[in-house]
Amino acid sequence: MAIANLRFQPRLATWPVYLAGLLPALWYVYQIFHGDLGADPVKTLEHAMGEWALRFLILGLAITPLRREFGISLLKYRRAVGLTAFLYVVLHLLVYLLLDQGLDWAAIWADIIKRPYITIGMAGFLLLLPLAGTSFNAAIRWIGGRNWNRLHKLVYPAVLAGAVHYVLLVKSWPLEPLVYLGIVLMLLGWRVWRRA
Amino acid sequence: MLLRHAPDLSEREVTPRDLYVNRRQILAGFGGLMIAGAGNVQAAVKSPFSTQETPTSLKDITSYNNFYEFGTDKSDPARNAGRLTVKPWKVKIDGMVGKPGDYDLDDILKGMTIEERIYRMRCVEGWSMVIPWNGFPLASLLTRVEPLSGAKYVAFETLVRPSEMPGQAGLFKILDWPYVEGLRLDEAMHPLTLLATGLYGENLPNQNGAPLRLVVPWKYGFKGIKSIVRISLTDKEPRTSWNIQAPQEYGFYSNVNPAVDHPRWSQATERRIGDTGGLFAKRRPTLPFNGYADQVAGLYTGMDLRKFY
Ligand code: HEM
Repeated sequence: MAIANLRFQPRLATWPVYLAGLLPALWYVYQIFHGDLGADPVKTLEHAMGEWALRFLILGLAITPLRREFGISLLKYRRAVGLTAFLYVVLHLLVYLLLDQGLDWAAIWADIIKRPYITIGMAGFLLLLPLAGTSFNAAIRWIGGRNWNRLHKLVYPAVLAGAVHYVLLVKSWPLEPLVYLGIVLMLLGWRVWRRA
Repeated sequence: MLLRHAPDLSEREVTPRDLYVNRRQILAGFGGLMIAGAGNVQAAVKSPFSTQETPTSLKDITSYNNFYEFGTDKSDPARNAGRLTVKPWKVKIDGMVGKPGDYDLDDILKGMTIEERIYRMRCVEGWSMVIPWNGFPLASLLTRVEPLSGAKYVAFETLVRPSEMPGQAGLFKILDWPYVEGLRLDEAMHPLTLLATGLYGENLPNQNGAPLRLVVPWKYGFKGIKSIVRISLTDKEPRTSWNIQAPQEYGFYSNVNPAVDHPRWSQATERRIGDTGGLFAKRRPTLPFNGYADQVAGLYTGMDLRKFY
């Protein structure tokens, strides 16, 4: 597959990228103690973590198209972006389990089986688990690069699940979740188009 | 109505307002957000219908609102509603009434006793507040305009004014405007049903539905239509905005009912805004008819509330 000439390949190490990824979380930790999370702080956190998860997942999906189409190679940051996304999914889930539902397992289970948006969100989380679990070098060597590549295709349905989850949980049809879904569909569509 | 069976609704002692709201909050809450309310603030008379529960802070009540005419985010109404002109304000009362007309709000308020009613408010999204409303029973207004004998329902309409309501402007329509709501006539005439003109002893802030809004404490919050410009009596069940938008999710009645889930979320519990415990506050069980069952369950005897949700 043709790759546009690499026009831009930052030299920056990866650790600042990890650090930058933590900033939103740190900002919310600060808000918990010193700020104002609004009238319903639990929902504020739940929504913020969900939204950051989706943003980082989308950023991860954008890396290959950016390289192929625009010659911008951020490949070496992809793992940092992916793990950061996973961190926010985990925080999002923890807010839901601990703060929103207060570990009421009966209610949580009922939510998972009865509410399509929770079912789909949960599916997204489960799909991401093996990816997070294989994102260190030893794991890649262990399962082999080809299998690793194949396994990590799971990120496509996972991101789609996250975006659909967002569209399903809102009342009526506000713009924002549709914009996110639109971006995800474009990034996935690009892959289908490139293969065709 | 059986007040005797409602321990929660005992005669409320006269409570100095400073006990439940501090002055700084009043200033912060009303200073910038509210332009002009319905008119002069009238001293409110305490009501035996008030709950003893601790009212939610003025700040939370006035900064966390669903009022899609001003945007879909809960902080949008506080940000955008300041522009709304609420004076002068006319309410068209028409349909099956003996005295239809375009009534000036000031004239409607003449001779009305403004009461303080501290009500629980349960949002369909699973959160709740306790709000010290000021207002008068809808029944007082309806009686004045003399419903005809065939009238069975009351329909309500919110203002449409895209120049002052940014949520109504633009191409992307979140709901079909105007926002419309309705009640059965007996629900409308029930003494708990309130037309609110204020809260916390001040004129109603715009983001809470100034200058005149409906409050039906045993129904989900979205039944409490805001900034009312039209009240019509009819013999047919009126259309209601959320029912038009998603009929399988929102029924005409929309009584608070922990046993009937919204298809997308459970209604068994609720989060009380500003509850003690902060982030770790436990959800509370939701009560049938939002805790007003003793007063209103009789309106629905013989009805299958799963069917008429
Ligand atoms: C791929 C994984 C996931 C992504 C990307 C994701 C993303 C999101 C987003 C963007 C929102 C809306 C934020 C907003 O309104 O601003 C949200 C809300 C929510 N998510 Fe997730 N989510 C994921 C997984 C889950 C899981 C596993 C659960 C629970 C089992 C969950 C439960 C919720 C809940 C309860 C809400 C809030 C609903 C409400 O407004 O009441 N999510 N999520």
